[in-house]
Amino acid sequence: MSERCAVIGVGQTHHKAKRDDISIAGLVREAAKAALEDAELTWADIDAVVIGKAPDMFEGNMMPEIYLAPALGAVGKPMIRVHTAGSVGGSTSIVAAHLIRSGAHKRVLTVAYEKQSDSDAMWALSVPQPFAAPLLAGAGGYFAPHIRAYMRRSGAPDHIGRMVAVKDRQNAMRNPYAHLHLADISMEMVEESMMLWDPLRYLEACPSSDGAAAMVLAAEDSISGRYPPAWVHGMAMRSEPTMFAGRDQVNPQAGRDCAADVYAQAGVTDPRKDFDVAEVYVPFSWYEPMWLENLGFCDLGDGWKLTESGATAFDGDIPWNTSGGVLSSNPIGASGMLRFLEVAMQVRGQAGEHQVDGARLALGQAYGGGSQFFSMWVVGSEKP
Amino acid sequence: MTETAHEPVTTLATPIRLDFDFTPGVAQSRFLKGLAKATFMGQRCSVCGKVYVPSRGSCPTDGVPTTDDVELPNTGVVTTYCVVNVPFAGQSIEIPYICAQILLDGANISFMGLLQEIPTDQIRMGMRVEAVWVDEAELTPSLSSVRYFRPTGEPDAEYDTYKEYL
Amino acid sequence: MSPARTIRPVSVASFAQARNVRRDDEHNEVEMLMPVVAEVFGNISITKDDVDFICSGSTDYLIGGPFSFVMALDAVGVWPPRSESHVEMDGAWALYEAWTLLQEGEIDAALVYAFGRSSLGDLNEILALQLDPYYEAPLWPDPTSLAALQAQALIDAGKATEADFAAIASRSRKSALENPNAQVAIDIAPEVLLEDPYVVTPLRRHALPPITDAVAAVVLAAGDKAIEWAGRRGRKPVWITGMDHRMETHSLGARDLTVSPSTAKAAEMAGVGGGPVDVAEIHAPFASQEVIVAEALGLGGDTTINPSGGPLAANGVMSAGLIRIGEAAEAIATGRARRAVAHATSGPCLQQNLVCVLEGEA
Ligand SMILES: [Zn+2]
Repeated sequence: MSERCAVIGVGQTHHKAKRDDISIAGLVREAAKAALEDAELTWADIDAVVIGKAPDMFEGNMMPEIYLAPALGAVGKPMIRVHTAGSVGGSTSIVAAHLIRSGAHKRVLTVAYEKQSDSDAMWALSVPQPFAAPLLAGAGGYFAPHIRAYMRRSGAPDHIGRMVAVKDRQNAMRNPYAHLHLADISMEMVEESMMLWDPLRYLEACPSSDGAAAMVLAAEDSISGRYPPAWVHGMAMRSEPTMFAGRDQVNPQAGRDCAADVYAQAGVTDPRKDFDVAEVYVPFSWYEPMWLENLGFCDLGDGWKLTESGATAFDGDIPWNTSGGVLSSNPIGASGMLRFLEVAMQVRGQAGEHQVDGARLALGQAYGGGSQFFSMWVVGSEKP
Repeated sequence: MTETAHEPVTTLATPIRLDFDFTPGVAQSRFLKGLAKATFMGQRCSVCGKVYVPSRGSCPTDGVPTTDDVELPNTGVVTTYCVVNVPFAGQSIEIPYICAQILLDGANISFMGLLQEIPTDQIRMGMRVEAVWVDEAELTPSLSSVRYFRPTGEPDAEYDTYKEYL
Repeated sequence: MSPARTIRPVSVASFAQARNVRRDDEHNEVEMLMPVVAEVFGNISITKDDVDFICSGSTDYLIGGPFSFVMALDAVGVWPPRSESHVEMDGAWALYEAWTLLQEGEIDAALVYAFGRSSLGDLNEILALQLDPYYEAPLWPDPTSLAALQAQALIDAGKATEADFAAIASRSRKSALENPNAQVAIDIAPEVLLEDPYVVTPLRRHALPPITDAVAAVVLAAGDKAIEWAGRRGRKPVWITGMDHRMETHSLGARDLTVSPSTAKAAEMAGVGGGPVDVAEIHAPFASQEVIVAEALGLGGDTTINPSGGPLAANGVMSAGLIRIGEAAEAIATGRARRAVAHATSGPCLQQNLVCVLEGEA
């Protein structure tokens, strides 16, 4: 009963700390128009719109699909708004793909965004609640203790996090849309940056960005576009409780299960060999080795060795985050979709300077909350 | 027309203030009332037997109400931690400070607490700590009844005893 | 795309809701949801292990904190990890997402739930933040005033009178006497209601919805499970035969507020006109809006509207739409209807609308 689904158009904004040249509607349109042009379609060709973003308090605009409907050409069409925390950009893509796979629609526009500079995101995340002592100081304060736990468990040396911080910023130099373009990034520069949430330094953390991402998804009989389609070979979401006794926050079961599900759908048995490139949600440098293990690219405890060996570098055998990743651009709600979008670009052969030669099969991953929400998809140049 | 007439409006400030009531619920009310008496009240799940503190009223894995109250001691272990060095709006503590995950003795879940009376470079995973409460007259049904946690001076807990809570 | 698209029959296998109340001071969201989730499973003797997908609807702005849907999951106990999603929309759209997945034929059952506590903040201020953040929200227009603009347009167009609004309010709250979960249930004649003071002209107090704390849950099932689970209660399955939703423009000035083309389009796509409608559960928070939705759905005089009392008897923001689907399904399952239509809305003045057609077996 399930229809095949492919990405036939991608678009994104130039991500920046502050896009004060443009309204929220203008921001999402910039990405959506680019995706439509890439798909060689117009607004009228779109059957439905699926939009995602992280908490509405980031912009102070409640359920913004209501205000954004006309800007996204959704008038007279179905429109859905997804919110699954940081994984939302991935989940939004998946919900859109289900609209195709179920046969409900032929061409669906999916968009995700965040305009963090419109409000104080740190404030929005730290709204005083009677149960949480105001200790966290943003997401870094939440994740830093788990990074410390990973370092203790795996025995990883300190410099691994700095290597990832440098590698992803070097990749971002190839991506004209990336927020951070740090031409002189180096291990020393990272080490000299301010210690924010010990053990995390400033340059080991993601920036705060304004930006949007968009894709046009289509059914098999409705393929168009400037590049060949990126076929969806597998997609899955998994959630586990935020806090529970014995929860493994370093290597969450939900992430492992989600990966096993998409790999089974896509026929992937050895992710390091089978994938040509992977784009994974790494907002803090240490999450690369942690997710390498969680996603089964190596044995437990060996993630840092893979990073250290250069395997995940642009010229390594399994490049991770060729776009520069979340460490280089982080419009929160869009960050997950940018992962899904980058791998579609790779298998369509449209990634320009960050193109991995001959990329045919790729993994996009997003996670959110306190590492309890995961969404992933596998896309390929061949029809599944 | 002056020059400024051609410049775009780039910012529009809309101050938004919304007030909300907060309903802690049955289980959290017990926890809060415990704080007013300088005790940590947890709840045990009747299905898996795990002790949650504070309990939100359900076992997150079994999805059933937690009904057995358990009074927990004042002491516990630091499972992991970070040192916060970021200033942010609404911050009330001088940076840098230690934000620790504390597993109370007898509990099966850690919670986040402020650790004081120790230099930030001497904190360790596995350190034994205890709660320091505000003066009795200042005790209220809120987390502000816990001034902070501090080291007890006991030997550190073995990694194996708390590793499943990381 | 055509309304004739073959769809996989999916049933509303179970429905549960908490008693709708003005304010539940005792319980938090998790504690409100837990008994409802237990009931929606218990009705058909299943557990969380029997559903393949979970989808919920809620909004952070009702409680004033980010990620409010995250902790609500603890009412289900998503362990081992589950395939799960969330829409920042009324639970009716969460049900739509789950229904879409069920259409693919790879899964057979899903849990849908919604929660919304409208009582914790000032809804008039909160809902103003749904409006254009540059041109409208800074003026803080409240939803009642916007609905009043719409109601006045209806009156000016000669499509309704204040007496019609009073009749709708009177009927709704009288019907609610039969609904043990309703919040406002009372038998007052329309003539008496017309003595109410205006809140915002031409809307008198009775034409406004109550403020409600509400949670609700539905289990959807397809294939053999639909038949078996209905049988466990001696029932026959209630099938969703069509569902669609449509958006309109945000600018009120660009809309004819006296009609609802999005509802009409969704109704056409969902196949409302394919047979007689015995019961319609309409999510029109203001009495005046029922006139517009009923017309857009093409309902005739032989349709019973809102036998549950509808949103004028209980209007849990984010759950009232899902409850319409649940109530419509119950009307069929209990033999009060053979074919029913459920409607959900979102945004100011009925900007976005969802229509679901349900049918029982002969
Ligand atoms: Zn339990």
